[in-house]
Amino acid sequence: MNDVNTLANAPTLAQRARNIRRNALRMGEVQGQGYIAQALDIADVLAVAYFHAMRFRPEDPAWEERDRFLLSNGHYAIALYAALIEAGIVPEAELETYGFDESRLPMSGMASYTPGMEMSGGSLGLGLSIAVGMGLGLKRKGSDSRVYTLFSDGELDEGSKWEAMMSAAHHKLDNLIAIIDVNNQQADGPTKQMMGFEPLVDKIEAFGWFVRRVDGNDLDAVVAAFDAARSHTGPQPRVIVADTLMGKGVPFLEQREKNHFIRVEPHEWQLALAELDAGEKS
Amino acid sequence: MKSASSATPGKPRLTTSSMIASIAAEGQRTKPAPFGHALVKLAHDRPEVVGLTADLGKYTDLHIFAKQFPDRYYQMGMAEQLLYGAASGLAVEGFMPFATTYAVFASRRAYDFIHQTIAEEDRNVKIVCALPGLTSGYGPSHQAAEDLALFRAMPNMTVIDPCDAHEIEQIVPAIAAHQGPVYMRLLRGQVPLVLDEYNYRFELGKASLLRDGREVLIISSGIMTMRALEAAKELAGDGVDAAVLHVPTIKPLDNEAILRESAKPGRLVVVAENHTIIGGLGEAVAALLMRSSIHPTFRQIALPDEFLAAGALPTLHDRYGISTTEVARQIKGWLR
Repeated sequence: MNDVNTLANAPTLAQRARNIRRNALRMGEVQGQGYIAQALDIADVLAVAYFHAMRFRPEDPAWEERDRFLLSNGHYAIALYAALIEAGIVPEAELETYGFDESRLPMSGMASYTPGMEMSGGSLGLGLSIAVGMGLGLKRKGSDSRVYTLFSDGELDEGSKWEAMMSAAHHKLDNLIAIIDVNNQQADGPTKQMMGFEPLVDKIEAFGWFVRRVDGNDLDAVVAAFDAARSHTGPQPRVIVADTLMGKGVPFLEQREKNHFIRVEPHEWQLALAELDAGEKS
Repeated sequence: MKSASSATPGKPRLTTSSMIASIAAEGQRTKPAPFGHALVKLAHDRPEVVGLTADLGKYTDLHIFAKQFPDRYYQMGMAEQLLYGAASGLAVEGFMPFATTYAVFASRRAYDFIHQTIAEEDRNVKIVCALPGLTSGYGPSHQAAEDLALFRAMPNMTVIDPCDAHEIEQIVPAIAAHQGPVYMRLLRGQVPLVLDEYNYRFELGKASLLRDGREVLIISSGIMTMRALEAAKELAGDGVDAAVLHVPTIKPLDNEAILRESAKPGRLVVVAENHTIIGGLGEAVAALLMRSSIHPTFRQIALPDEFLAAGALPTLHDRYGISTTEVARQIKGWLR
């Protein structure tokens, strides 16, 4: 869909996902901590979004005809920066500045700081409402661009998400594609213990949406879900519910029980990168 | 005590004012729906203008716009957080949303949405809200006594408190010409017409001396300017000469005009506002004077720091000291 992916020697989606994970781990190492497990779990989805589904120009992040991407869960910024670096929107060298004073890559994503970051997230529950307005605006302009917005299962606790779901269906926003990262982890513990959200597919379908639920760490399944969401012809907003594994790709992080916000010892970063590479080769 | 006071002998006992009671006094000149008509006029020239509301189109005069431009009108349902998030999204795409609800819902329920998706991102959204301060008899659920304090505290936000229909008509194109978020208090329905008699022109960020006087300077915004002008006439009858400085733009404040007028010697300075005594125009002026080492005798007319009662607006305005009679009475007391 974009220049980055039409080159004959373009990396595979698996390579893209691996690079996103590497970028995230390297940023994590800069700070010694962060929302690393989420970045690892959502890397496959971001790889498919940026390198299979979305239309964008790396040299012109505000290109009018781009597909929009709203990161509602601002603490996933480390994941999106990793993808923006892989996409060539943010220079790789800036990775070293992550979370430092004067950096364009703050710990929580903000619209005015980073090219390609289209909203100020972090206060959970905002993104889908903005997406409704952008979806309405794109239709007003006669644009065929789409609005993607990512949030996670914990954010479903926020009532505003459900207001916006009703509204998107009411306004028949077929240009809106939401992605819900179901990793069953929020700040105080497993999402399902904080406030149960199942049966999620039934709920969102009842709200009038087109829903696909897939293993969010199975690249082929994620590609199929994005394709289904994009080719669906009904006048409905679409959602991809992606079941993911926190820490995916780095076994010792996958196995940590409390991994919402991870502190990693200095020597462990090399171990994490080594495990990632080992998984790639196996 | 919150219950409505028992009837005074010889005085009719008033009932709770309707939700959208006009604040016009009996016999006062009025103009219908000045915001709605001004927005229609603006929208003819500015195709990017769109209107949004959260189930209060009729009650914020946005129905006038909806009738004229049905395809530029978005009914967002009774969902104020969505309303302002979506307004931000439309602004991202290059439109200029005028998004209306009641002041209580914008300032209290949707505060974080406005803070993060509009103010922090500096989106060009005009937030226009009816029932500001004490202009509803329904009790605290509908009385936005603290809206100015909340929006003043928000970076990037311009805050406006209009006095009458004449001013509202001029504010609409003025805030459209300003790039950035604006919170505007709205008077809707039959709106009093006062300032046309003063040859008044609204200018964003500017205060205006509507009347000069030697003994008292009343600094006021919103409907309190109307009350201040009436009170000044009443005071003149008692031989008290009062000036009225109208400050419709609460933020950014016209420091220069306020300092210039407050520094004139020998005048009691009174700030009158339809807002809680905490965090509104009065405290803004007080801090400005302190910072500038100008120390006139200073008094505030404002709503008390308490949950206000339900009841008839004239009763409540008398009780809380913001009726014309009460403004004049308090000032006379301070001059004694």
